[in-house]
Amino acid sequence: METRKVVSTQTETLPSKPVVREIDEVVIRFVGDSGDGMQLTGTQFADTTALFGNDLATLPDFPAEIRAPAGTLAGVSGYQINFSSHEIRTPGDQPNVLVAMNPAALRSNVADLEEGGILILDSDAFTEGNLGKAGYKTNPLKDGSLAGYRLFDIPLTSLTLKAVADTGLGGRQATRCKNFFALGLVFWMYERPVDYTRDWIEKKFKNNQQIARANIQALQAGYNYADTTETFTEHYRVRKAQLEPGTYRSITGNEATATGFITAALLCGRPLFYGSYPITPASDILHELSRLKNYPVKTFQAEDEISAVGAAIGASYGGSLGLCGTSGPGLALKSEAVGLAVMTELPLVIANIQRGGPSTGLPTKTEQADLLQAMFGRNGECPVAVVAPATPADCFWMAIEAFRIATRYMTPVIYLSDGYLGNGSEPWRIPGPQALPKFEVAFRTQKEGFLPYQRDPKTLARPWAVPGTPGLEHRIGGLEKEDVTGNVSYDPLNHDKMVRLREEKIARIANDIPEVKILGRESGKVLVVGWGSTYGAITSAVESMQGRGLSVSSIHLRHLNPFPRNLGSILGRFKKVLVPELNLGQLRLLMRARYLVDAIGLNKVQGKPFKVSEIVEAVEKLLGEV
Amino acid sequence: MSSPTEGAVLPPPKLTKADFSSDQTVRWCPGCGDYSILAQVQKVMPSLGIPKENIVFISGIGCSSRFPYYMNTYGFHSIHGRAPTLASGLKISRPELSIWVVTGDGDGLSIGGNHLIHAMRRNLDIKILLFNNRIYGLTKGQYSPTSEFGKKTKSSPFGTAEQPINPLGVALASECTFVARSVDTDTQHLTATLDRVARHKGTAFVEIYQNCNIFNDGAFEAFTARDVRSDRMISLEHGKPLIFGKEHDKGIRLNGLHPEVVTLGKDGITEKDLLVHDENATEPTLAFLLSRLTYPDYPVPVGVFYNASRPCLEDVVEKQADQATAKLGAGSLERLLNSGATWTVS
Repeated sequence: METRKVVSTQTETLPSKPVVREIDEVVIRFVGDSGDGMQLTGTQFADTTALFGNDLATLPDFPAEIRAPAGTLAGVSGYQINFSSHEIRTPGDQPNVLVAMNPAALRSNVADLEEGGILILDSDAFTEGNLGKAGYKTNPLKDGSLAGYRLFDIPLTSLTLKAVADTGLGGRQATRCKNFFALGLVFWMYERPVDYTRDWIEKKFKNNQQIARANIQALQAGYNYADTTETFTEHYRVRKAQLEPGTYRSITGNEATATGFITAALLCGRPLFYGSYPITPASDILHELSRLKNYPVKTFQAEDEISAVGAAIGASYGGSLGLCGTSGPGLALKSEAVGLAVMTELPLVIANIQRGGPSTGLPTKTEQADLLQAMFGRNGECPVAVVAPATPADCFWMAIEAFRIATRYMTPVIYLSDGYLGNGSEPWRIPGPQALPKFEVAFRTQKEGFLPYQRDPKTLARPWAVPGTPGLEHRIGGLEKEDVTGNVSYDPLNHDKMVRLREEKIARIANDIPEVKILGRESGKVLVVGWGSTYGAITSAVESMQGRGLSVSSIHLRHLNPFPRNLGSILGRFKKVLVPELNLGQLRLLMRARYLVDAIGLNKVQGKPFKVSEIVEAVEKLLGEV
Repeated sequence: MSSPTEGAVLPPPKLTKADFSSDQTVRWCPGCGDYSILAQVQKVMPSLGIPKENIVFISGIGCSSRFPYYMNTYGFHSIHGRAPTLASGLKISRPELSIWVVTGDGDGLSIGGNHLIHAMRRNLDIKILLFNNRIYGLTKGQYSPTSEFGKKTKSSPFGTAEQPINPLGVALASECTFVARSVDTDTQHLTATLDRVARHKGTAFVEIYQNCNIFNDGAFEAFTARDVRSDRMISLEHGKPLIFGKEHDKGIRLNGLHPEVVTLGKDGITEKDLLVHDENATEPTLAFLLSRLTYPDYPVPVGVFYNASRPCLEDVVEKQADQATAKLGAGSLERLLNSGATWTVS
């Protein structure tokens, strides 16, 4: 995909003034040591860009080690942002600009930079020691290996030290301001104001004026450096995107997830209970929810993953919206308890922010390989509903949907986000109250005729009878239940019946969820089927190919168990079905089993999201075979 | 959260023991110590003045964990070792409920050990009854974490090679604010102990010696048998010297940090020389020392070892919410959705 188009070139007459080029999309990647503040730099650039009015998508990419040895390849942390004057859906296939704070960051990222792309380096960091740690035999600043890029090697560290000298800040602390110097410089390059970041620094360091002043001076100095020296002969204008009218905020997937869950609580009038054990990349949900103490939410940092889900089940039993958040290894530990919630038919939502597996795997990298765990990872016939958000902002909507299903059907629901969605951000148009779904929950209070496992004839849900209700004292548990009464039963035919009832209850959710919509023609040569975080890449790829007149459509599944009821009929209308997934073909396996469709996989397990070009290439190959 | 039935103004009816018996047939082995414990719990319940809809029994897995089925209250028979986790979530979200955890030596100290210690450390206002029969009964006779060293069982035909864990020591080390011990066969003592458990504000832990007459019959017989009990056990009473024996002539004295059994009147020893029990001691040092006394070297203590007052987790949580709400105002959907930096596109 061509990500950077030159729309017009405005040449101004004064030679001392840099040329302003208007472009409509840019991908910038900031990379440095994990102690260099690259995540902060990227977030500040993204927030400023969102406020400026561009559309954007981000991709933070950091190591699992908090501070790997400084200057090594293992310690490189990065943040990529794609922003534009039109609607975009991915953080971009290829950076147009790379800002690298040391040789290790350069070495591990430069291959991704587009040919002729802008490369900004801290020349002070290219010492013999750092070059050695990065595995460079010769200095790339001198050996000509960077000749294919537009190189700006600027002594960022020494310029920063000079800029903050009058604050009296010492060596190491002063050096740490260099990320703001670099940020100021890039702000100038893309015509972004420094105000938002300056305000942020003032607030963040309000108890340490010295640090606040130094960082602000570094930021401003970076901006001024770019503005006044003639290092940069041009800078770039990316106009505001034509977004739908409304109020917007920038939101990450994890923020949207937390916001969606609280919204669910406010909509249905039941308090939220969040049990969680810290785990990457889900911990931000715990941080977010534990902050909001003036909302109807209680958080519980449990002693382990099992306790987190047990507590959530206890809270659900008591009438709260029981929720726990985790990642793949944590979901594995919760399996038995999820089974208990299936048996006791209590509402429960388990948010799994997936990461690379198996085992500890790649804690900070994204993957979609827990779909089958969510579907089947429990003993016995143990069906649960499974939903998956498609974009960072969609996390908000699917979080509400998860609780709507959980409470209406008295069932656990597994919510499958992932590290890419959780940490990635995008502008979000804040919905008005009328745009929010209505859902109500009702407790059983009537004593007469109460039987704990008497089901709603339509949904098959059992009544939610919570402690504190007089006359409804009853016992539930993990032993098989007798139909209707809920008493313990070992009767063979009763067991058979209950297993089928639990299955049927989940299947009936299909009547209550929207049909899946086709992007493009209703039939044709290739259908691309995606789920979860691959939405952006798939949609961008399919739209661009449709623009070229190719016979390709796509659908994106946000409900994975049960599937939308029209899925089977759609699959039959295309000659080829392609299923791109960040796993070895888990949705494909389910679709093949369920619909006997010869779906073809496009599978990637590199801890990274798909590039648009990878999807285009796979579809084109299939089109060639039809 | 308030009770969903808030607003009902009927005076609470006077309840009896029978009101707490469910319609389910009790399925423990005939002669099991659990029957006695169930009977004493059902006896204590009406005296607490708690409406039975506000009482919840939560258990894990094992013989003891069938307990909730037989109580005509709310009950949750959960999964192995996890009862404290369900109790924690329920108590934090519904502080007004009276929550009882029923567990055993395997459920509470083996598979669920982690949950037990953290529940106690948090000092939720929950009651934990640990039935200790020093054996795995439901799985038919393997050794448990409280089985004596060298004990021969189905899974240790040559004797165990493991040191047993001391439940009271675990409770004390976990900063539990109420630690007690009683015996299934001493119904009077058990009733009195359960009553104190119920009235403690905070996590109350009681170890109940319980006889499994099928797989570990007579485990405690050597000191609990009626004819030897008074010589081989000692009932702890706050503020009173540690005296025991049929003739009330024996006591416990501290020799440095070492407790020793002495006879009153012998070698000029009087009550004044004896250790005086203080369940409210600032530090649980004395309670821990007493928890180490075992038969046959010492009489086995029963009663309340430790009783402290500390804020309960659920109360702190409520207080933080109240303070945040007072300071910031109650959160609303509009505020939630519009938080952070926003901008408008027209």
